Amino acid sequence: MSRQIVMTIDGRKITSREGEKLLWVALENDIYIPHLCAIKGQNKPFAGCRLCFVEVEGILQPVTACTQPVKAGMSVKTRTPAVDRLVRTAFELILSDHRLNCSRCSKNGSCQLRKIARERGLRLGLERLKPLPEKGQIDDSPRTFVFDPSRCVLCGRCVWADRQVAGVGAIGFSHRGIQRRVTTFAVRNLAESGCIECGLCVEACPVGALFFKEGKPGGKSLTDSI
Amino acid sequence: MEKDAVIKNTREILKNHTAKPRNLIPVLHDLQEKFGYLPQPAMEEVAAALGIPAVDVYGIATFFNGFRLNPPGRHQIQVCMGTACYMAGGQIALDSFERRLKIRAGETTPDGEFSLEQAACVGCCSLAPVVVVDTFVEGKVTPTRVDGLLLSLGVAPEKQENRSSKKDN
Repeated sequence: MSRQIVMTIDGRKITSREGEKLLWVALENDIYIPHLCAIKGQNKPFAGCRLCFVEVEGILQPVTACTQPVKAGMSVKTRTPAVDRLVRTAFELILSDHRLNCSRCSKNGSCQLRKIARERGLRLGLERLKPLPEKGQIDDSPRTFVFDPSRCVLCGRCVWADRQVAGVGAIGFSHRGIQRRVTTFAVRNLAESGCIECGLCVEACPVGALFFKEGKPGGKSLTDSI
Repeated sequence: MEKDAVIKNTREILKNHTAKPRNLIPVLHDLQEKFGYLPQPAMEEVAAALGIPAVDVYGIATFFNGFRLNPPGRHQIQVCMGTACYMAGGQIALDSFERRLKIRAGETTPDGEFSLEQAACVGCCSLAPVVVVDTFVEGKVTPTRVDGLLLSLGVAPEKQENRSSKKDN
């Protein structure tokens, strides 16, 4: 796994460790590939956001960079008409389930959706799709943070943080298809759900669905206390 | 059923299965057979027994159409959402029931009289859109027919003034 290999991304020669996922290799080398759900070091990537598509020479269809291990001599293109088309549609599908009110959103400056739109020249709005009906109500029961389901893009990062990092299991996915949502058991308030308010899910959220009530309280102390 | 009785029955059912997460769905099937739906205390008991978060049990229970989260009503109304019924206006029939009974599909009226569900295909597509009330099959259902069906089940018709006041809302 640790063998050093040489490969090309967008015509640039890049040295990396064999078996590393392509997305992280590209990002380490300052080649931006849009991504929302990816978590570095995850054994089995969620691969749900469908934003990190790239084309690899020798593979007929575009592949998701977060699941693609790098190999020696691999040649990758991050921008092709096929990739751009897939990413544009995936991005609009995500936006159709994300209530856009950026000016009133505390993640305005750090939102991954805004970053993707900026990097790829995509419109931060809907052209072909209608917005999905909003599901669920804002839950501000925790002392330190708020969950606004209307902004949730179902990337699963908070669920991962809740399970794999915090080891709590207060939140998860429920329902199916267009009804899919992140929720607690029987849609209880977070405060009554076994949530320990560690704030890890809030830090994992790439958009403004989970946000701290007053910035990030107490610097790093919240995460250090676990 | 009382909460204690639910938990007691749930523990009985859990005895028939090894406490492994892979047995979650068989356990939920047994619970639904016993109670007619999946009571919340039962789901929490199962989660604790199988060593998984309760929200995962909830996630599975809401993922599959076969599981109910509410007790079935005295009258069970199924609105067919198969391809033919869907195209012929099944959604309109469902909307009418939802509006009249003031519940959503998958729910039960607070008085326990009616539960409303979507069905995949009842098998008589030529009658689309089809509604099944308990065992009675009704074809070519229109919103007016929904009113008629509910009237036959003892639900008083909507007052005329309610309809005209819709505009103001």
